[in-house]
Amino acid sequence: MHGVVNWAVHFFMLDEGPLIWLSDFLIICASLGIVGVLTKFRLWKWLWDEWLTTVDHKKIGIMYMIAAILMLFRGGTDGLLMRAQLAWPNMHFLSADHYDQIFTTHGTIMILFMAMPAIIGFFNVAVPLQIGCRDVAFPYLNAISFWLFFFAAMLFNLSFVVGGSPDGGWTSYPPYVENQFDPGPGENYYLVALSISGIGTIATGINFLVTILRMRAPGMTFMRMPMFTWSVFVTSVIILFAFPVLTVALGLLLIDRDFGSHFFTVDGGGAPMQYVNLFWFWGHPEVYIVILPIFGLMSEVISTFSHKRIFGYSAMVVSMVAIAILSFVTWVHHFFTMGAGPGVNSFFGVSTMAIAIPTGVKVFNWIFTMHKGRLEFKSAMLWSLGVIPNFLIGGLTGVMLAVPPADYQYHNSYFLIAHFHYTLIGGTVFGVFSGLYYWWPKMFGVLLNEKLGRWHFWTFMIGFNICFFPQFFLGFMGMTRRMYTYPAGYGWGVVNLISTIGAFLMGVGFIIFVYNVLWSARYGERDTTGDPWDGRTLEWATTSPAPHYNFAIIPTVKGRDAWWLMKQSGEPINGPKDVPFRPIHMPNNSGRPFIMSVFFFLMGAGFVFQWWILAIIGFVGVLICMAQRSFEYDDSHYIPVEEIEKTEAAAGRL
Amino acid sequence: MKPKGRRVGGLIALIGFTVLALTGCDSPEYWPVLSPQGPVARSEYYLIIYSFVLMLLVVLAVFILFFWVIIKYRARPDNADYVPPEIEGNAKLETLWTVIPILVVIALAIPTVAVTYRLVYPPKVEAATAKVVGKSITIDVISEQWKWVFKYPAQNIETVNYVNIPAGVPVNFQLTSSGPMNTFWVPALGGMEFTMPHMDLRLWLEADHPGSYLGRGGQYNGRGFAHMTFTVNALSPTDFENWVKSAQQTAPKLTKQAEAQINQPGLIGKLTFSSTTPQ
Repeated sequence: MHGVVNWAVHFFMLDEGPLIWLSDFLIICASLGIVGVLTKFRLWKWLWDEWLTTVDHKKIGIMYMIAAILMLFRGGTDGLLMRAQLAWPNMHFLSADHYDQIFTTHGTIMILFMAMPAIIGFFNVAVPLQIGCRDVAFPYLNAISFWLFFFAAMLFNLSFVVGGSPDGGWTSYPPYVENQFDPGPGENYYLVALSISGIGTIATGINFLVTILRMRAPGMTFMRMPMFTWSVFVTSVIILFAFPVLTVALGLLLIDRDFGSHFFTVDGGGAPMQYVNLFWFWGHPEVYIVILPIFGLMSEVISTFSHKRIFGYSAMVVSMVAIAILSFVTWVHHFFTMGAGPGVNSFFGVSTMAIAIPTGVKVFNWIFTMHKGRLEFKSAMLWSLGVIPNFLIGGLTGVMLAVPPADYQYHNSYFLIAHFHYTLIGGTVFGVFSGLYYWWPKMFGVLLNEKLGRWHFWTFMIGFNICFFPQFFLGFMGMTRRMYTYPAGYGWGVVNLISTIGAFLMGVGFIIFVYNVLWSARYGERDTTGDPWDGRTLEWATTSPAPHYNFAIIPTVKGRDAWWLMKQSGEPINGPKDVPFRPIHMPNNSGRPFIMSVFFFLMGAGFVFQWWILAIIGFVGVLICMAQRSFEYDDSHYIPVEEIEKTEAAAGRL
Repeated sequence: MKPKGRRVGGLIALIGFTVLALTGCDSPEYWPVLSPQGPVARSEYYLIIYSFVLMLLVVLAVFILFFWVIIKYRARPDNADYVPPEIEGNAKLETLWTVIPILVVIALAIPTVAVTYRLVYPPKVEAATAKVVGKSITIDVISEQWKWVFKYPAQNIETVNYVNIPAGVPVNFQLTSSGPMNTFWVPALGGMEFTMPHMDLRLWLEADHPGSYLGRGGQYNGRGFAHMTFTVNALSPTDFENWVKSAQQTAPKLTKQAEAQINQPGLIGKLTFSSTTPQ
């Protein structure tokens, strides 16, 4: 009995102190709260029918965005804990072990469970509407992608209170993360969760590639596609080439840890550097996966709020394709300091600098899109404009990092930390906020409050600069990343304190955003037009939120900015009056993606704790779900004409 | 809505620098990367400054253009009827801002490649020093969890968590690791290089003058990572010779117990031994 109690105390980390107890308390409260609300308002059936079983791209997109915002909160809390610990020399707020776990979960969550779902959420929210179709090519697969991501994220977050979080950094370099130096389940959580969500991401890449290739409305040629759709197309190709490499790297490392092989160990002929190559062969394209869609949506936002078409459309497309190609030939710049030799380092240095050329083209084209426009500084526009100077600083310090001899000094220093936060926050996070303010009415039928939006923007943007600009100097002062503490006497204290103040200001900005969401849900202006920004692309042609079938009649596209052209010529979205509605073919909802992902979760937990019976149960469950799907013949239905007429009449489009 | 935020940002930066100056953070030893103390760090420093100036020019050009456009073309009550023209693009302008970045990249790439190749070879030796110590000296570096071991194969000396080098002589650091990877970094003398198990990487460093410089690991390798610092003492050539002699005569031999203690994960002080293989 005593042994069991001891095991349980250790397993649930109750011996780790108040931070864990507080987390346990909050998790239990939140879970009870959710269950209580669902039960009190009898929402369980609604939750299951409308959300958990949905294959509708719009709802899946919303669920991705909610998950991304929750994960932004989790990752941001990690960040604030770290900044609190580093605010002054010799702080004892966090122990080394906790700090190591927190920087690992911060990085992993922010990249894979925040940036990725936010990006993919926008794919879902916007792409099918922009290209004038009724859903993605494989709606059922889309639901599987989401639920795999969701349960992988839950598994990863569980590590904080059950068994211990990974502590090898988000890059997870062996041999440190091998059992020899890093025993316990923590690192397995990282490997298993990323593998499971990786399956979902690869499926998303296939899904949107096929959707864009095959399901565009008549007349929408490739060179008439909206820029965001173009960016999703390019990104999907990158996903397809990059993510399988990550799956392989993680798989080999998991086999090392679970079954004692020697791919990346110190002994037994292991080659740790091979992992580093594989990781960054995925890792570098990955940063373009999270920035290219932002470039796409910025093009939409800037064009919309300048009331002008995008300047140099072809150059924008070519530059995106060029960035995608170059993204696969720069990975060695993440380890110039691994002694690859001057020839290799020179090649990868220059190839990295070359990315500045197409990126520069995009920046100038955005500026000239605004030139001679009439710029409305709505919140969505502010965030997109915020990307330009902030991402520019991130990008140009990236060029400085691409100089190998200079990189020997920057490598793993706070200069690097500042650089990539300028690209990932100044680029991706700002862009995500821009997209949220832009597409919020399309997602929910409600506009976010503009005044709160401005407060959110300025607080977060200024806080961000106060937080990360000083970190460039910390790099020159010799501070390296992943240090849980530092002694007095290096002159780092004041600079770190300034940085911490900025971080908390960003936290305030985030709270303003959450308040804005809640306020707007209750009091926000309802979008009755479907086109609140005087938009240019087809998603603004339908109601907000769009009806289940998106378009009663698939529009015919006559040029770029299809909806703008239709508005100019006074053409209604449902075509000339005499075109009759036809029944619309739509996929059925299914609970199986959810259930299959639960089995994936169980299998993952089995691999984390090496509980093989659980792993087998999960695996068999997954197989049964897949087999069942193979014999499912009745997987779609028709929406009758009367129902379409009713919906369209309610939208005032008859 | 006026975009004054960037000016506010500039003001904040100015205040930041003043605070730094007031707290004494402006003295050179606080900025090892920007106050190089040897030829390797110096050539890296020149590239840092050169690339910074190039990038600053780009930043200024884009910022000026950007703020000019967003201020000039902002929506105002008095231009409410203005209908922006539809402009497809401009081949000449677009060529211009493709060619200029290409020129900037070329201007940066040439010195980059030149210095990348040069750093593979040892820096110049001072003739006077070379007579006393030799043209260069080799020191093997092993990163442990969480300490730095330095072996002088020619002198048969081993030190832990500090390393003495002669000033004015290129030092050939042979880097390896007995466990997880780390990087070997002495910012005042030059950039970092990885230490990896079963791999020997070479890093040339040289100090101009006698002095003490802080070194640390740059690649996280577990709980004690933050404490993994070491001191590089650059000594005048004669002082260095004297230290070698006294270490050989007075320091204890490396024992199996001492070696086992070093190999075990943990923190440890500065140690000196007069042999490099345990007996």
